[in-house]
Amino acid sequence: MNIDHFKPTLVYTIYIASTPHKVWQALTSAEFSRNYFFGNAVEVDLRVGGAYIVRTPDGALHISGEVIECDPPRKLTATFNVNWPMLIEKLGPTLVSYEIEPAGDAVRLTLTEAHDRPIHDDILEGGRQGWPAIISSLKSLLETGEPLVVRMAPPQKMLAALKKLGIATPS
Amino acid sequence: MGKPEFVYVTYIETTPEKLWQALTSSEFSKRYWFDTELKTDWKIGSPFALVMDGTTTDVGEVLEFDRPRRLSYTFRHVLDDDMRNERPTKVVFVLEPHGKLVKLTLTHEGFAEGSKLLDGISKGWPAILASLKSLLETGHALTIPPAALAIEGIQ
Repeated sequence: MNIDHFKPTLVYTIYIASTPHKVWQALTSAEFSRNYFFGNAVEVDLRVGGAYIVRTPDGALHISGEVIECDPPRKLTATFNVNWPMLIEKLGPTLVSYEIEPAGDAVRLTLTEAHDRPIHDDILEGGRQGWPAIISSLKSLLETGEPLVVRMAPPQKMLAALKKLGIATPS
Repeated sequence: MGKPEFVYVTYIETTPEKLWQALTSSEFSKRYWFDTELKTDWKIGSPFALVMDGTTTDVGEVLEFDRPRRLSYTFRHVLDDDMRNERPTKVVFVLEPHGKLVKLTLTHEGFAEGSKLLDGISKGWPAILASLKSLLETGHALTIPPAALAIEGIQ
């Protein structure tokens, strides 16, 4: 898949007292991700073209995608499509990329969300609300051994905007 | 993308009062903010300066001091030749209790199109706020060499 025409809609950078290897593990292991990703599990087949899947706590398929770039422990890029009927037809694919770099004794983690067409601000609000909580919790988990308990209402603006486009969202 | 500004949200396991202290006292800021002191009396309208290792890097004026909810000041960089001539910008911190956590939202706004300062602060704030979060949650700030941020004009 050619990703040259994707444009970033969100860039979130954080620094973590950890190693690139541990951050990579945290991003790609189901067991670990459950702790910081609102109970969701990341299952990834770590090769270009491999499946990238996120399951909800009850095991349902929430996000499905494909690994585009895989350079452990430096860079992972995958399509990241929420599994709601008509979503991909209306919005096109979502691309998520993690970049891991050493920075002194810490690690810089840069998350980028990108799209191949203009997306309404209300829809982008979902990622703007969710990613800082997920990545903040990931940092706490790696540094303290305990994730954050972030309780968050569903992003209403995003759900309303998706509904308007005819995308079926969970009620 | 919208107007030239930088917005950063992070969640910290602490209290609004502790986070407020960390954002407003040199005793804390020296530990997480690249050895930077906050020189101000925090009265509305008072001058504000960031002094790193004895050198003033940024200056401004206190705009809001609503403990422990909302803090803002104007912000102008004074070291780098290009950035020094940019118009003053505005920094706003909003602290909101969020269960056992505090949601911290930083908005740095008021940049001209193509601002070099915007590029610099976009690289600087995530490191400063990540170090602040570590300090409050673990008792240890991060040791990130400023050079690792790759900010043009800053060593």
